[in-house]
Amino acid sequence: MVDVSTWSLVVVAVLGVLAVALGVAVFVVDSMARATFALLGSFLAVAGILLVFDLVYLAVVTALMMTIEMAVMAVFMIMFMMNPAGLMPMSMVHNQRGSAGVGVVTFVVLVIGIWTVDWPPRTGALPEDSTRQLGEAIMGSHMLVMLVIGIALFGTILAGTVLATARGRYDRFGPDLSAARPSDPVEGGMGR
Amino acid sequence: MSGELVLQIVLTVAAGLVGVGLYGALSQQSIVMIMMGLELALNGVLLAGGAAWFFLGPELPDAQMLVVVTLVVMAVEMAMGFAVTIAIYRARQVDMVDMATELKG
Repeated sequence: MVDVSTWSLVVVAVLGVLAVALGVAVFVVDSMARATFALLGSFLAVAGILLVFDLVYLAVVTALMMTIEMAVMAVFMIMFMMNPAGLMPMSMVHNQRGSAGVGVVTFVVLVIGIWTVDWPPRTGALPEDSTRQLGEAIMGSHMLVMLVIGIALFGTILAGTVLATARGRYDRFGPDLSAARPSDPVEGGMGR
Repeated sequence: MSGELVLQIVLTVAAGLVGVGLYGALSQQSIVMIMMGLELALNGVLLAGGAAWFFLGPELPDAQMLVVVTLVVMAVEMAMGFAVTIAIYRARQVDMVDMATELKG
Protein backbone atom coordinates (compact mmCIF):
# COMPACT_ATOMS: atom_id res chain seq x y z
CA MET A 1 0.00 0.00 0.00
CA VAL A 2 1.04 3.52 -0.70
CA ASP A 3 1.76 6.04 2.02
CA VAL A 4 0.04 9.38 1.88
CA SER A 5 1.68 12.58 3.07
CA THR A 6 0.14 14.42 5.99
CA TRP A 7 -0.77 17.54 4.08
CA SER A 8 -2.62 15.63 1.37
CA LEU A 9 -4.47 13.73 4.09
CA VAL A 10 -5.50 17.03 5.69
CA VAL A 11 -6.64 18.42 2.32
CA VAL A 12 -8.61 15.23 1.56
CA ALA A 13 -10.23 15.25 5.00
CA VAL A 14 -11.25 18.91 4.84
CA LEU A 15 -12.57 18.63 1.28
CA GLY A 16 -14.35 15.36 2.11
CA VAL A 17 -16.19 16.89 5.06
CA LEU A 18 -16.98 19.94 2.90
CA ALA A 19 -18.34 17.76 0.07
CA VAL A 20 -20.74 15.87 2.35
CA ALA A 21 -21.74 18.98 4.35
CA LEU A 22 -22.57 20.93 1.19
CA GLY A 23 -24.39 17.87 -0.15
CA VAL A 24 -26.58 17.84 2.95
CA ALA A 25 -27.07 21.60 2.63
CA VAL A 26 -28.63 21.09 -0.82
CA PHE A 27 -31.71 19.56 0.80
CA VAL A 28 -31.74 21.73 3.91
CA VAL A 29 -31.61 25.32 2.65
CA ASP A 30 -34.86 27.04 1.67
CA SER A 31 -33.55 28.96 -1.30
CA MET A 32 -33.23 26.91 -4.47
CA ALA A 33 -30.47 29.20 -5.73
CA ARG A 34 -28.50 28.45 -2.57
CA ALA A 35 -29.17 24.73 -3.00
CA THR A 36 -27.75 24.89 -6.53
CA PHE A 37 -24.59 26.60 -5.38
CA ALA A 38 -24.23 24.21 -2.42
CA LEU A 39 -24.28 21.36 -4.94
CA LEU A 40 -21.68 23.19 -7.00
CA GLY A 41 -19.52 23.51 -3.88
CA SER A 42 -19.82 19.78 -3.27
CA PHE A 43 -18.69 19.06 -6.85
CA LEU A 44 -15.75 21.45 -6.53
CA ALA A 45 -14.67 19.76 -3.28
CA VAL A 46 -14.68 16.37 -5.04
CA ALA A 47 -12.70 17.92 -7.92
CA GLY A 48 -10.16 19.11 -5.33
CA ILE A 49 -9.81 15.60 -3.94
CA LEU A 50 -9.27 14.25 -7.48
CA LEU A 51 -6.55 16.86 -7.85
CA VAL A 52 -4.79 15.48 -4.74
CA PHE A 53 -5.00 12.02 -6.35
CA ASP A 54 -3.00 13.28 -9.35
CA LEU A 55 -6.03 13.13 -11.68
CA VAL A 56 -5.47 16.66 -12.99
CA TYR A 57 -7.49 16.35 -16.21
CA LEU A 58 -10.51 14.68 -14.61
CA ALA A 59 -10.48 17.22 -11.76
CA VAL A 60 -10.46 20.17 -14.18
CA VAL A 61 -13.16 18.59 -16.35
CA THR A 62 -15.32 17.97 -13.28
CA ALA A 63 -14.88 21.53 -12.03
CA LEU A 64 -15.57 23.20 -15.40
CA MET A 65 -18.45 20.92 -16.38
CA MET A 66 -20.21 21.19 -13.05
CA THR A 67 -19.82 24.98 -12.89
CA ILE A 68 -21.60 25.33 -16.24
CA GLU A 69 -24.12 22.65 -15.34
CA MET A 70 -25.07 24.33 -12.08
CA ALA A 71 -25.39 27.69 -13.86
CA VAL A 72 -27.90 26.05 -16.24
CA MET A 73 -29.54 24.37 -13.26
CA ALA A 74 -30.00 27.75 -11.55
CA VAL A 75 -31.83 29.08 -14.62
CA PHE A 76 -34.13 26.05 -14.64
CA MET A 77 -34.71 26.44 -10.92
CA ILE A 78 -36.03 29.94 -11.46
CA MET A 79 -38.14 28.73 -14.40
CA PHE A 80 -39.75 25.71 -12.79
CA MET A 81 -39.56 25.91 -9.01
CA MET A 82 -42.47 27.26 -7.06
CA ASN A 83 -40.20 28.97 -4.56
CA PRO A 84 -36.86 29.78 -6.20
CA ALA A 85 -35.65 32.41 -3.77
CA GLY A 86 -36.83 30.69 -0.59
CA LEU A 87 -38.77 33.76 0.49
CA MET A 88 -41.77 31.67 1.50
CA PRO A 89 -40.56 28.73 3.58
CA MET A 90 -42.52 25.71 2.42
CA SER A 91 -42.20 21.95 2.49
CA MET A 92 -41.35 20.38 -0.84
CA VAL A 93 -40.75 16.83 0.34
CA HIS A 94 -42.77 13.64 0.50
CA ASN A 95 -42.20 10.35 2.29
CA GLN A 96 -39.32 11.90 4.18
CA ARG A 97 -38.97 9.14 6.76
CA GLY A 98 -38.87 6.32 4.20
CA SER A 99 -36.39 8.23 2.04
CA ALA A 100 -34.12 8.94 5.00
CA GLY A 101 -34.31 5.25 5.92
CA VAL A 102 -33.25 4.17 2.44
CA GLY A 103 -30.41 6.71 2.43
CA VAL A 104 -29.11 5.67 5.85
CA VAL A 105 -29.37 1.94 5.12
CA THR A 106 -27.48 2.40 1.83
CA PHE A 107 -24.77 4.38 3.62
CA VAL A 108 -24.45 1.82 6.43
CA VAL A 109 -24.28 -1.14 4.04
CA LEU A 110 -21.61 0.59 1.96
CA VAL A 111 -19.59 1.59 5.04
CA ILE A 112 -19.71 -1.96 6.42
CA GLY A 113 -18.39 -3.19 3.09
CA ILE A 114 -15.71 -0.51 2.91
CA TRP A 115 -14.33 -1.21 6.39
CA THR A 116 -14.52 -5.03 6.33
CA VAL A 117 -13.12 -5.73 2.86
CA ASP A 118 -9.45 -6.65 2.83
CA TRP A 119 -8.30 -4.13 0.24
CA PRO A 120 -5.56 -5.38 -2.08
CA PRO A 121 -2.25 -3.51 -2.17
CA ARG A 122 -1.62 -1.07 -4.97
CA THR A 123 -0.30 -2.75 -8.11
CA GLY A 124 2.21 -0.86 -10.22
CA ALA A 125 3.35 2.72 -9.85
CA LEU A 126 1.71 6.04 -10.65
CA PRO A 127 2.13 6.93 -14.32
CA GLU A 128 4.21 9.99 -15.10
CA ASP A 129 1.20 11.71 -16.62
CA SER A 130 -2.27 10.45 -15.76
CA THR A 131 -3.82 12.54 -18.55
CA ARG A 132 -1.61 10.86 -21.12
CA GLN A 133 -2.57 7.47 -19.71
CA LEU A 134 -6.27 8.31 -20.11
CA GLY A 135 -5.80 9.75 -23.59
CA GLU A 136 -3.91 6.68 -24.81
CA ALA A 137 -6.58 4.42 -23.31
CA ILE A 138 -9.36 6.37 -25.06
CA MET A 139 -7.56 6.18 -28.39
CA GLY A 140 -6.35 2.61 -27.92
CA SER A 141 -7.36 -0.16 -25.55
CA HIS A 142 -10.61 1.48 -24.37
CA MET A 143 -11.79 2.95 -27.67
CA LEU A 144 -15.04 0.95 -27.52
CA VAL A 145 -16.03 2.85 -24.37
CA MET A 146 -15.53 6.14 -26.17
CA LEU A 147 -17.51 4.92 -29.21
CA VAL A 148 -20.45 3.94 -26.98
CA ILE A 149 -20.24 7.28 -25.15
CA GLY A 150 -20.29 9.14 -28.46
CA ILE A 151 -23.40 7.31 -29.66
CA ALA A 152 -25.10 7.81 -26.29
CA LEU A 153 -24.41 11.55 -26.37
CA PHE A 154 -25.67 11.79 -29.96
CA GLY A 155 -28.83 9.93 -28.94
CA THR A 156 -29.22 12.39 -26.06
CA ILE A 157 -29.00 15.35 -28.44
CA LEU A 158 -31.73 13.87 -30.65
CA ALA A 159 -33.99 12.80 -27.77
CA GLY A 160 -33.56 16.12 -25.95
CA THR A 161 -34.48 18.08 -29.07
CA VAL A 162 -37.51 15.89 -29.76
CA LEU A 163 -38.77 16.18 -26.18
CA ALA A 164 -38.21 19.92 -25.95
CA THR A 165 -39.78 20.75 -29.33
CA ALA A 166 -43.27 22.15 -28.92
CA ARG A 167 -44.63 21.21 -32.35
CA GLY A 168 -44.27 17.71 -33.76
CA ARG A 169 -45.10 16.37 -37.23
CA TYR A 170 -48.75 15.80 -36.30
CA ASP A 171 -49.11 19.49 -35.42
CA ARG A 172 -47.57 20.45 -38.74
CA PHE A 173 -49.10 17.93 -41.16
CA GLY A 174 -52.39 17.04 -39.43
CA PRO A 175 -53.49 13.94 -37.47
CA ASP A 176 -53.09 11.65 -40.50
CA LEU A 177 -50.00 13.44 -41.83
CA SER A 178 -51.89 14.18 -45.08
CA ALA A 179 -51.44 17.94 -45.38
CA ALA A 180 -49.55 18.92 -48.50
CA ARG A 181 -47.95 21.93 -46.82
CA PRO A 182 -47.07 22.13 -43.13
CA SER A 183 -49.08 24.64 -41.13
CA ASP A 184 -46.33 26.62 -39.45
CA PRO A 185 -46.81 29.87 -37.55
CA VAL A 186 -44.14 31.38 -39.78
CA GLU A 187 -44.13 30.24 -43.39
CA GLY A 188 -40.83 28.97 -44.66
CA GLY A 189 -39.12 30.03 -47.86
CA MET A 190 -38.67 33.48 -49.34
CA GLY A 191 -42.34 34.54 -49.20
CA ARG A 192 -42.88 34.31 -52.96
CA MET B 1 -0.54 7.36 7.13
CA SER B 2 -1.19 4.08 5.38
CA GLY B 3 -2.92 4.30 2.06
CA GLU B 4 -5.51 1.66 2.91
CA LEU B 5 -6.89 3.81 5.73
CA VAL B 6 -7.06 6.89 3.49
CA LEU B 7 -8.80 4.82 0.80
CA GLN B 8 -11.38 3.68 3.35
CA ILE B 9 -11.93 7.24 4.58
CA VAL B 10 -12.40 8.56 1.03
CA LEU B 11 -14.76 5.71 0.15
CA THR B 12 -16.75 6.48 3.31
CA VAL B 13 -17.11 10.07 2.13
CA ALA B 14 -18.25 8.73 -1.25
CA ALA B 15 -20.78 6.46 0.48
CA GLY B 16 -22.04 9.50 2.41
CA LEU B 17 -22.56 11.40 -0.85
CA VAL B 18 -24.43 8.44 -2.35
CA GLY B 19 -26.62 8.12 0.76
CA VAL B 20 -27.48 11.83 0.88
CA GLY B 21 -28.14 11.88 -2.87
CA LEU B 22 -30.45 8.89 -2.60
CA TYR B 23 -32.36 10.54 0.23
CA GLY B 24 -32.75 13.69 -1.87
CA ALA B 25 -33.84 11.85 -5.00
CA LEU B 26 -36.48 9.90 -3.08
CA SER B 27 -37.78 12.66 -0.81
CA GLN B 28 -37.98 15.72 -3.07
CA GLN B 29 -41.14 16.63 -4.95
CA SER B 30 -39.73 18.99 -7.54
CA ILE B 31 -38.35 17.30 -10.66
CA VAL B 32 -35.31 19.60 -10.69
CA MET B 33 -34.50 18.79 -7.05
CA ILE B 34 -34.74 15.05 -7.80
CA MET B 35 -32.14 15.57 -10.51
CA MET B 36 -29.91 17.32 -7.99
CA GLY B 37 -30.18 14.29 -5.71
CA LEU B 38 -29.15 11.96 -8.53
CA GLU B 39 -26.22 14.25 -9.38
CA LEU B 40 -25.06 14.12 -5.76
CA ALA B 41 -25.13 10.30 -5.77
CA LEU B 42 -23.12 10.28 -9.02
CA ASN B 43 -20.69 12.72 -7.37
CA GLY B 44 -19.96 9.94 -4.86
CA VAL B 45 -19.30 7.47 -7.70
CA LEU B 46 -16.90 10.01 -9.21
CA LEU B 47 -14.95 10.24 -5.96
CA ALA B 48 -14.88 6.46 -5.45
CA GLY B 49 -13.58 5.94 -9.00
CA GLY B 50 -10.76 8.44 -8.52
CA ALA B 51 -9.78 6.89 -5.18
CA ALA B 52 -9.83 3.38 -6.65
CA TRP B 53 -7.47 4.49 -9.42
CA PHE B 54 -4.99 6.15 -7.06
CA PHE B 55 -4.93 3.53 -4.31
CA LEU B 56 -5.52 0.23 -6.12
CA GLY B 57 -4.36 0.22 -9.73
CA PRO B 58 -2.80 3.43 -11.06
CA GLU B 59 -0.91 1.61 -13.81
CA LEU B 60 -4.23 0.73 -15.48
CA PRO B 61 -6.52 3.39 -16.98
CA ASP B 62 -9.72 1.44 -16.15
CA ALA B 63 -10.77 3.46 -13.10
CA GLN B 64 -10.12 6.70 -14.99
CA MET B 65 -12.43 5.46 -17.75
CA LEU B 66 -15.06 4.76 -15.09
CA VAL B 67 -14.81 8.39 -13.96
CA VAL B 68 -15.21 9.57 -17.57
CA VAL B 69 -18.28 7.35 -18.01
CA THR B 70 -19.74 8.75 -14.77
CA LEU B 71 -19.23 12.31 -16.04
CA VAL B 72 -21.03 11.40 -19.27
CA VAL B 73 -23.88 9.80 -17.32
CA MET B 74 -24.20 13.06 -15.34
CA ALA B 75 -24.36 15.13 -18.54
CA VAL B 76 -26.94 12.80 -20.14
CA GLU B 77 -29.02 12.76 -16.97
CA MET B 78 -29.07 16.57 -16.87
CA ALA B 79 -29.95 16.97 -20.55
CA MET B 80 -32.70 14.36 -20.56
CA GLY B 81 -34.04 15.51 -17.19
CA PHE B 82 -34.44 19.09 -18.38
CA ALA B 83 -35.97 17.93 -21.67
CA VAL B 84 -38.54 15.83 -19.80
CA THR B 85 -39.21 18.71 -17.40
CA ILE B 86 -39.93 21.05 -20.31
CA ALA B 87 -42.07 18.45 -22.11
CA ILE B 88 -44.23 17.57 -19.11
CA TYR B 89 -44.59 21.20 -18.05
CA ARG B 90 -45.68 22.21 -21.52
CA ALA B 91 -48.19 19.36 -21.78
CA ARG B 92 -49.66 19.34 -18.27
CA GLN B 93 -48.24 22.34 -16.32
CA VAL B 94 -46.67 19.75 -14.01
CA ASP B 95 -43.48 20.64 -12.13
CA MET B 96 -43.77 18.17 -9.25
CA VAL B 97 -43.69 14.39 -9.45
CA ASP B 98 -46.75 14.04 -7.21
CA MET B 99 -48.81 15.78 -9.91
CA ALA B 100 -47.68 13.40 -12.66
CA THR B 101 -49.76 10.39 -11.67
CA GLU B 102 -51.49 9.58 -14.96
CA LEU B 103 -49.59 6.35 -15.42
CA LYS B 104 -50.18 5.25 -11.82
CA GLY B 105 -51.43 1.68 -11.88
